[in-house]
Amino acid sequence: MGEENELRSSQTHPGANQKSEGPQGRVVRVSGPLVVATGLTGGRMHEMVRVGEQRLFGEIIEIRGDSYSIQVYEETEGIGPGDPAETMGEPLSVELGPGLIGAIYDGVQRPLDILEQHWGAYIVRGAEVEALDRQHRWAFQPVAKEGEQVIPGDILGTVQETPVVEHRVMVPPGVAGKIRHIEEKQATITDTVALIEGEDGENKVTMMQRWPVRQARPIAQKLPPETMLVTGQRVIDTFFPLAKGGTACIPGPFGSGKTVVQHQLCKWANADIIVYVGCGERGNEMTDVLLELPQIEDPRTGQALIKRTVLVANTSNMPVAAREASVFTGITIAEYFRDMGYDVALMADSTSRWAEAMREISGRLEEMPGEEGYPPYLASRIASFYERAGRVIASGKDRREGTISFIGAVSPPGGDLSDPVVQSTLRVVQVFWSLEDELASARHFPAISWLRSYSLYQGAVDRWAEQNANEGWSANRRRAMSILQRESELEELVRLVGVESLSAEDRLLMEVARMLREDFLHQSAFDEIDTYTGLDKQFRLLGVILLFDRLARQALQQGMELEQVLQIPAIEGIARAKRIPPDQMQIFDRLASQVQREMQGLTSPQEAEETRQAEREKQEEPTGA
Amino acid sequence: MPKEYLTVRQITGPLIFVEEVEGVTYGELVEIQLSEGTVRRGRVLDINEDRALVQVFEGTAGIKTEQTKVRFLGRGQEVGVSMDMLGRVFDGFGRPIDGGPEIIPDKRLNINGNPMNPYARDYPDEFIQTGISTIDGLNPLVRGQKLPIFSGSGLPHARLAAQIARQAMVLGSEEQFAVVFAAMGITFEESDFFITDFRRTGAIERTVLFINLADDPPIERIAVPRLALTTAEYLAFEQDMHILVILTDMTNYCEAMREVSAARKEVPGRRGYPGYMYTDLAQIYERAGRMKGKKGSITQFPILTMPEDDKTHPIPDLTGYITEGQIILSRSLQGEGIYPPVDVLPSLSRLKDKGIGEGKTRGDHADVMNQLYAAYARGKNAQELVMVLGESALSEMDVRYVRFAEAFEQQYVQQGEDENRPIERTLEIGWDLLGMLPRGELKRIRDEHIEQYYEAQPVGSRH
Repeated sequence: MGEENELRSSQTHPGANQKSEGPQGRVVRVSGPLVVATGLTGGRMHEMVRVGEQRLFGEIIEIRGDSYSIQVYEETEGIGPGDPAETMGEPLSVELGPGLIGAIYDGVQRPLDILEQHWGAYIVRGAEVEALDRQHRWAFQPVAKEGEQVIPGDILGTVQETPVVEHRVMVPPGVAGKIRHIEEKQATITDTVALIEGEDGENKVTMMQRWPVRQARPIAQKLPPETMLVTGQRVIDTFFPLAKGGTACIPGPFGSGKTVVQHQLCKWANADIIVYVGCGERGNEMTDVLLELPQIEDPRTGQALIKRTVLVANTSNMPVAAREASVFTGITIAEYFRDMGYDVALMADSTSRWAEAMREISGRLEEMPGEEGYPPYLASRIASFYERAGRVIASGKDRREGTISFIGAVSPPGGDLSDPVVQSTLRVVQVFWSLEDELASARHFPAISWLRSYSLYQGAVDRWAEQNANEGWSANRRRAMSILQRESELEELVRLVGVESLSAEDRLLMEVARMLREDFLHQSAFDEIDTYTGLDKQFRLLGVILLFDRLARQALQQGMELEQVLQIPAIEGIARAKRIPPDQMQIFDRLASQVQREMQGLTSPQEAEETRQAEREKQEEPTGA
Repeated sequence: MPKEYLTVRQITGPLIFVEEVEGVTYGELVEIQLSEGTVRRGRVLDINEDRALVQVFEGTAGIKTEQTKVRFLGRGQEVGVSMDMLGRVFDGFGRPIDGGPEIIPDKRLNINGNPMNPYARDYPDEFIQTGISTIDGLNPLVRGQKLPIFSGSGLPHARLAAQIARQAMVLGSEEQFAVVFAAMGITFEESDFFITDFRRTGAIERTVLFINLADDPPIERIAVPRLALTTAEYLAFEQDMHILVILTDMTNYCEAMREVSAARKEVPGRRGYPGYMYTDLAQIYERAGRMKGKKGSITQFPILTMPEDDKTHPIPDLTGYITEGQIILSRSLQGEGIYPPVDVLPSLSRLKDKGIGEGKTRGDHADVMNQLYAAYARGKNAQELVMVLGESALSEMDVRYVRFAEAFEQQYVQQGEDENRPIERTLEIGWDLLGMLPRGELKRIRDEHIEQYYEAQPVGSRH
């Protein structure tokens, strides 16, 4: 495994076996992660640079005459004027090919597991490791045939990368022509798997591509999103759904559960591929993901979740410039899988840390600050990566469809939503899950506010849900939402005049709203059953609460006392319904008839007894259900 | 012998500019010899061609542009570490100040450390019993966690931290345990309180203290937590010890950072604190944790006083985004005479879920915790209504919750400063309190636990 990996480290051979690729320059200034060098003639914006004897890794971010400002992705202690600097002839790029799934990378795509094997528990400087394993042999299975005309994006063949991911090897961008040779073989990612004869001569195609992270990969066409990304989180799927190919943001103060929501989506979202970017967050959280994903089984495939996941981890204590790059590294990997025709979900936790990294570099460049010290180009940068999400027709003749759904956490200072990062994000995302401190304090999780959040995909996704889940889907949601809205108005009133002054109907509404909050919206991420709720169960759970509401309202109209209505035992059954296992949906039918029976029992005890009798007989019949 | 420069050209706040230097690198340690002979230390913050910007730890008072000799030492700031540091007291530069002998270092380590590879971390999941119900029962602490205390001036954070340091233990284990204590800009009285308390209980023998008091140079504070954590890393990951690091007061640390930033005329972030404060704090807090294949661990208890008790102030705010939860102290509980005045609702331990449950504490722990939280939150809400409308406006159930919240504060939160409650006792008190509520209200508890532990309390006073 690791030993076979081709490793180069400046620690062992200081710059020895790395051939010089560009003009030699020299460092003139060092200020934290910012290094200024001269003499890098021909150096371009965003080109990679190696700095100092330790060959620290950086990127040109400003050019003034002969003065090149470089953001360095590693700690710069010990670097000083006179140290060498050298351009690498290529912008910051990632390696794309079989071997990505299950990997954990830092912000500039160095595999953290390999770093640990070779350099121990701490991240050393100047370590150079290839992102993809060069030795591993993959079983390449051709799909295209010799003699076929291909264009960029066409699928040449496949590799079963993990039991759930079929890696589709595509004709790289810029290559087209007639396949001269292709064969089934055991190949490494640098072996030629196909020869394509084009106008510019013969191209040897390998399974690996490189792509600059700051540039979107080409697509054929962009489409509006229309199917739901099912997450199994009730407040999300039922109330504020995200579409496949959509964008969402989760802002919230610390402790409000952003990371838990992100982790839940990472575990349960029905995407084919998950790319999880831990951007400037806690080390232990990444460890948690790393340890959990191999343990948890994907309910759809029965395989461990890690077998569809790529992790990018640049924790808060890791170098700040690499944090800025990590989001772009993540989205480029996501685009690559989208191009294969997959539904990809990309989570970035947290984009505020990304923006702060940008602010820090901007401050060192002495740029004129915008709001809160953030650079004036904050909004356009944020838009630039959210816009890379979407539902697209990928390049290639078969016009396959792929999506990237992008979910960004935002950590506004003090939970204040007027923060420039939140505001710039809200302008480009379609779904807003607002986390609230008050809900979190009452341990109502997920602490997504049902009053402030929104989803602009509701219309499109409702149509999908009505066809695929239940035709009553949106009607139920609207009813539940109006109850919750009304509750918030009534709460104001209660605060002024007390609950006793409300009418019985309104007090019933308050009770039903409480049921909606506690028995539907509240969902425990740590309970083995409650952690994921399929659409059918979501619909039934909401349905039984609304059934109670409807019947209770009728009972009141028929002159029953509210206290009587609220004492029916079925209420306790509803409270425990979220723990009903997914394979026992018939319990919901029983619960619904219990509600009906008990309500009837209040209004017309005679009839109720008859129904009960009838039901008992029905149950005794050997139905086998 | 490094070259000496006499080229100090400018002095601003804690910074000096030295010109015509050669071969100087970023982050290098600097010695500044004043004209009368005293030596101060500093660090290179920016090097531009032949001009070095140096931050002087002991401050620039008395430095002049002539006759000041500056030497660049060619290495970053280091600390010599050894097992002999246990039981000793050092200043903010790592020099002994207890009158004892110099430490003969086992090795010298750069105080900035290197970031730990997230892949090399081991997830913290060993429950630490602190003997304090609000922590053990509701915000359980695990080994390798960083859990700050958000306090305010005049609140008993020092007493609480000392109590934790005294009582903390892992259930059923007898392992090597030590405290590393870093004081940044705290008063003599507060520092003396800790030292006396450690002496009284004999804990001093297994404690390393780094002391920078309120009247010591503020810039020195920037190095103190790094000295402490480098020492802690040595003890934890090379000597297999379990280390509890107490950092107090992080507010003073951040103010020192702001002073340097202002002197550099950097673009300020919120409230004048530098834009990189998050990264800087993360480099301190993230040095807590456990490492795969190592026995030791570092658990951090940073203490910070929230200016005006405002948790949205940048210092607590950024801290909360990095640490794994927070224990918040409440002035109103303090006013009611409750010790420890832990404000339960906004307090949080993020690592609790993996540290509790069957085999660690008890199977019902998580459910009881969630139910107590929810019930107390509802009780507090109802209490607010009582203030406006009087008790008569509440439903009978809400009245019960009000009673519950009162009893909760008196019986669960309140405990003695020397009272070391085992976790079983904490859970027992929890169930007693839940007995005040009807069974149907306990929606967050699984049936099997209710069967086993729930006992309805006589309602008595409520009718």
